[in-house]
Amino acid sequence: MYRETEIITGQSSMNDEGDMIINIGPQHPSTHGVLQLVVTLNGETIKKVEPHLGFIHRSIEKMCESLSYRQFIYVTSRMDYLSSHINNHGCALCVEKGLQIEIPPRAKVIRVLMDELTRIASHELWWGAMAMDLGAFTPFFLAFRERETITDIMEDTCGARLTMNYIVPGGVMAELHHDFQKRVKAFIKLFREKAEQYNELVTGNIIFQNRMKNVGVLSKEDAVSYGCTGPTARGSGVQCDIRKLYPYEIYDQVKFDEIIETGCDSFARYLVRVKEMYQSISIIEQLIDNIPEGEFQAKTKAVLKLPKGEFYTRVETARGELGVYIISEGATTPYRIKFRSPGFSNLSALDHMARGGKIGDLVAMMGTLDLVIPDIDR
Amino acid sequence: MLSLEKITNTIYIWLNSTFNSTLALLFEFVIVGTLVIGLFAVLGLVLVFMERKVSAYMQIRLGPNRVGFKGTAQTLADTVKLVMKEGLTPDGADKFLFNLAPFVVMIAAMLIMAPIAFAKGFQMWDINIGVLYVSAVSSISVIGILMAGWASNNKYSLLGAMRSGAQIVSYELSAGLSIISIIILTGSLQISDIIASQQNGWWIFKGHIPAIIAFVIFIVAATAETNRAPFDLAEAESELTAGFHTEYSGMKFALFFLAEYVNIFIVCAIGATLFLGGWMPFHIGNWTSFNHIMDFIPSSLWFFGKIFALIFLIMWFRWTFPRLRVDQLLNLEWKYLLPIGMFNLLLMTLVAIMGWHF
Repeated sequence: MYRETEIITGQSSMNDEGDMIINIGPQHPSTHGVLQLVVTLNGETIKKVEPHLGFIHRSIEKMCESLSYRQFIYVTSRMDYLSSHINNHGCALCVEKGLQIEIPPRAKVIRVLMDELTRIASHELWWGAMAMDLGAFTPFFLAFRERETITDIMEDTCGARLTMNYIVPGGVMAELHHDFQKRVKAFIKLFREKAEQYNELVTGNIIFQNRMKNVGVLSKEDAVSYGCTGPTARGSGVQCDIRKLYPYEIYDQVKFDEIIETGCDSFARYLVRVKEMYQSISIIEQLIDNIPEGEFQAKTKAVLKLPKGEFYTRVETARGELGVYIISEGATTPYRIKFRSPGFSNLSALDHMARGGKIGDLVAMMGTLDLVIPDIDR
Repeated sequence: MLSLEKITNTIYIWLNSTFNSTLALLFEFVIVGTLVIGLFAVLGLVLVFMERKVSAYMQIRLGPNRVGFKGTAQTLADTVKLVMKEGLTPDGADKFLFNLAPFVVMIAAMLIMAPIAFAKGFQMWDINIGVLYVSAVSSISVIGILMAGWASNNKYSLLGAMRSGAQIVSYELSAGLSIISIIILTGSLQISDIIASQQNGWWIFKGHIPAIIAFVIFIVAATAETNRAPFDLAEAESELTAGFHTEYSGMKFALFFLAEYVNIFIVCAIGATLFLGGWMPFHIGNWTSFNHIMDFIPSSLWFFGKIFALIFLIMWFRWTFPRLRVDQLLNLEWKYLLPIGMFNLLLMTLVAIMGWHF
């Protein structure tokens, strides 16, 4: 429908004479990457936050179009580098959906185990960075100690510590390392021990709670309308865990709770992530002794060709819902590929949350959104 | 027993017998000035090293351990690096104020050294309004910080400086009130009198509950006044990159850094003097032999031991707590600390009038 556009003349109504506009980023210690925020301030109070993206845009989607279905998995590890397993998982699921391959049960369990370990590692790093955004340094080092254990476990099996490329169409790349079960069990023991200490140090701290409670309020309606997913939306009371709503692999056979907090503030989002770590541990505990024997990869053709059509799958990454959309023309490479990354939608809610808050809280809000910039820019 | 009193007396007598009185005074000034600058440099090196080691211990790291014996020369190497660096003045900055600010902050810190009694008979200037002088001069440093924030022509610096101004002015009140509650007991502002009054017990033990409350308020206010975490809003690196000294580099930055650590030392020295008996040894009532053994420890060791214990406490805060928000910071002062401090002052007055203290 035709609509007459209004030409804005003169100054924008938002920026008054006395406003101070500061650039936070692209080089700033707390943007966790190259994100630029143009913040309009009135004293210490925020009037507007404008995120500027694209500093590390590498056109991953376009690159994927020129790579075969086996190759493009490797590029997706570089999107959300803190949950690379889960990115690979989403892409592999989409290709399998197109080819209609049934993957062996062993591969399914290994995939879920790896996903949950990744989720814990990602949340651990988020927890440390979150505390650092609020000015406490020590938790950062404590979090890295535990994350290191997971990274070592990953290194044994996948050969990589960050960009795993382990989950491939048809199953997983290689057999598990023979120490895998032993080391994971050791990690579970360590985690349970240390997590209590962490809750004492950070969660129970009165300064910390005052900084988080009633800050960055995102109501349930707003969370839905901004398209927030993952812990960000679950902190606002939205039920959106893909593992529960659209279970993939064996998530319908394991017992775990979807953590939903109704606080709608930064503290609710914090609690969701902390409790999710415990749920992931419980999933790992259920599966670690019950990895079925058999093949780790289904027999697939050397060259994969998806039939003509459109395919969409979604997985729950550590940050929210990752959607993989492939349009195939029947060739060896996808005609068009699109990722629905969780960070992009979550970041869009930042302006809404931050208005009227203090500049110190902006950093805390960004922390609770758990932004990974390569995931947003792609 | 090692006593610095004899040494200072010998020097004083020798100077006065050799030269006329004006020249002798001039030489004393030179000696004292050199000592203060020397102490300044040594304190900077020691405290930075201590901070790095303490933080490393709390963060399951090793800290500096390569340069010199167990890393002790690390801060010296850092200083050399800072001296070699270019002292950049940004375009659009107010050049005069920008270059003046670090000196204002540092000179303010140096001036407070004057009335502090480092050991028995080792005091530069036993002025009769000692404590008042300290709290007056310590607020000069905020001018330097505001100057730095304004002259840098940087919005982060300006925000940091404004925060720092609001914070230091507010917390000075609480620090002042807790100091006054000890002054009520001693009846004198002179540092030597305050120390002498604690000969048979430190005020934190003798002054009942009000003294303990005053001590807690003093420690909180001192942490805030020196811009240390959890009150480090002026430099809040996750929000304002480096706050008021964002634009400073090289030796000008080093002066700010040095002044911060020396300020910590000074507030801890004031705290030790008022509440923990200055250089007085630890005595327990009638335990004569115990008291005698305690007397054998040199008074300077007592004083520095107390100061470093307090400094460790403040460092412990820094590596444990997250930072407060600016409105929470002012709420804490105006809604909690100040009323509690005032009530505590009344309570202390009552204790002093009734003679309930020991």
